[in-house]
Amino acid sequence: MAEAIAFYVLAAFILGFAILVVSTKDTVHSVLFLVLDFLFVAALYVLLNAPFLAVIQVLVYAGGIVVLYLFVVMLVNLKRPPEAHQDPHRRTRLGFGLAAAVLLELGAISLHDYIRPAPVLAAAGTTTNIPVSGNTEQVGWLLYTNYLIPFEIASMLLLVAMIGAIVLAKREL
Amino acid sequence: MIDTVVIPLLKILIVLNATLVAVTYMVLLERKVIAWAQSRLGPMRVGPYGVLQPIADAVKLMIKEDITPVRADKWVFTAAPIISMVPALIVYAVIPFGPEVNLFGRKVTLYITDVNVGLLYIVSVASVGVYGIILAGYASNSKYPLLASLRASAQLISYEVAVTLTLVSVILMAGSLSMVSIVRAQQNTHVWFAFVQPVAFVIFFIGGLAETNRAPFDLPEAEQELTGGFHTEYSGMRFALFFLAEYANMIVVSSVATTLFLGGWLRPFPNVAALGFLDVVPSWMWFLIKSFVFLYIFIWVRATLPRYRYDQLMRLGWKVLIPLAILNLVVTGIVRVAFLM
Repeated sequence: MAEAIAFYVLAAFILGFAILVVSTKDTVHSVLFLVLDFLFVAALYVLLNAPFLAVIQVLVYAGGIVVLYLFVVMLVNLKRPPEAHQDPHRRTRLGFGLAAAVLLELGAISLHDYIRPAPVLAAAGTTTNIPVSGNTEQVGWLLYTNYLIPFEIASMLLLVAMIGAIVLAKREL
Repeated sequence: MIDTVVIPLLKILIVLNATLVAVTYMVLLERKVIAWAQSRLGPMRVGPYGVLQPIADAVKLMIKEDITPVRADKWVFTAAPIISMVPALIVYAVIPFGPEVNLFGRKVTLYITDVNVGLLYIVSVASVGVYGIILAGYASNSKYPLLASLRASAQLISYEVAVTLTLVSVILMAGSLSMVSIVRAQQNTHVWFAFVQPVAFVIFFIGGLAETNRAPFDLPEAEQELTGGFHTEYSGMRFALFFLAEYANMIVVSSVATTLFLGGWLRPFPNVAALGFLDVVPSWMWFLIKSFVFLYIFIWVRATLPRYRYDQLMRLGWKVLIPLAILNLVVTGIVRVAFLM
């Protein structure tokens, strides 16, 4: 019961801040709302008994990536109003299209879940095939056994992005 | 009820107040020590040997006029000092001042909480503290604070990498992210991690100086170049909050260094029975003594070393400390695996 209340309160905050992110005029404020949003998402992870994910969420997203967003937003002059596109409804149409696509996807997922419910994962610590206890240890174990290849591919992706950024920024190497 | 609500609240109250008092007296200590280093007396007027100086300072800062620049971003300008202060204080939730003790017939732990991800929690909370500095510079709508805040955040982000890498090698040694377990690991291996991880220890200390914007890395506050730093436009208590946050962060770095590298609350040579008489000093006192040594070195360094130039600072961070930290991490990993085999 208490968990449900906490979840809905957090969800309300997350949605509220998400709306503020896209509706605020001032870009810096918008980025700040994004930080708040990430912090509440981290709280959601805590609620799900995943402290490791929560802390990484704060460290990587709130403390790392959004700082870089903020740099960009601060240093790029955004005071100039954007030029109006010839077709004023273009963005609206695009927005509705994207929203419909996301809604469709969510619907498909929940329908799939309804027809073929996912096997309930055993509570933390009782899983038989993970020889370690503790949230951090279990995440590490899974990453380096079952999900090793996706993990390595993700790191390759990040490496490529990093090299790409260096190549773009430094013309003469 | 008492164990789940009252005692934690009491602990939080005590730790917060003790921290704030310690922070104000750190300011006095710094002025005194630097004065001695320069053959001066330091504050002497308020109270005997100036011991009431922090209180006079606090009163002065509180009754000063609070100015918000007209063209400042008001909300962000107000939020920035709070954003810098809060992370510096909530970090104390996971710092272990001592083990479990008996207090009035009740077992009380001398830390607020011991979460499984304690060390990562500290790193992540500290990473949020950067916002206070960036936003202060941005919201002031003034060129010097903006430059200073860009410098500060670039510095913080660069040194965060090196510091976090050294933490990873400590985690490899301890096999846990919990602060209490890290101290226990040092008890079990019979040696403080400063002796097995000297490289990590030195990098952590240098990185700690840089992350708290202390000399010789106090470029964000280089008065000659920036008329004060990212808090140029702040006055009164809002300025004081930045100031207090800096000192609170110093205490955090000292406590973390004590916990990770100097055995936390353990007395020197905790496994040598002949030194048992040292147990007269309670565990939390050992913790405070060790942290105090760090704080003293912080001040000592400031009184001794000149400021780095900006490019030197970045070169040191990226070309010396980070490769060294990575190398240290790799060597630690190899040694650990070799021992486990």
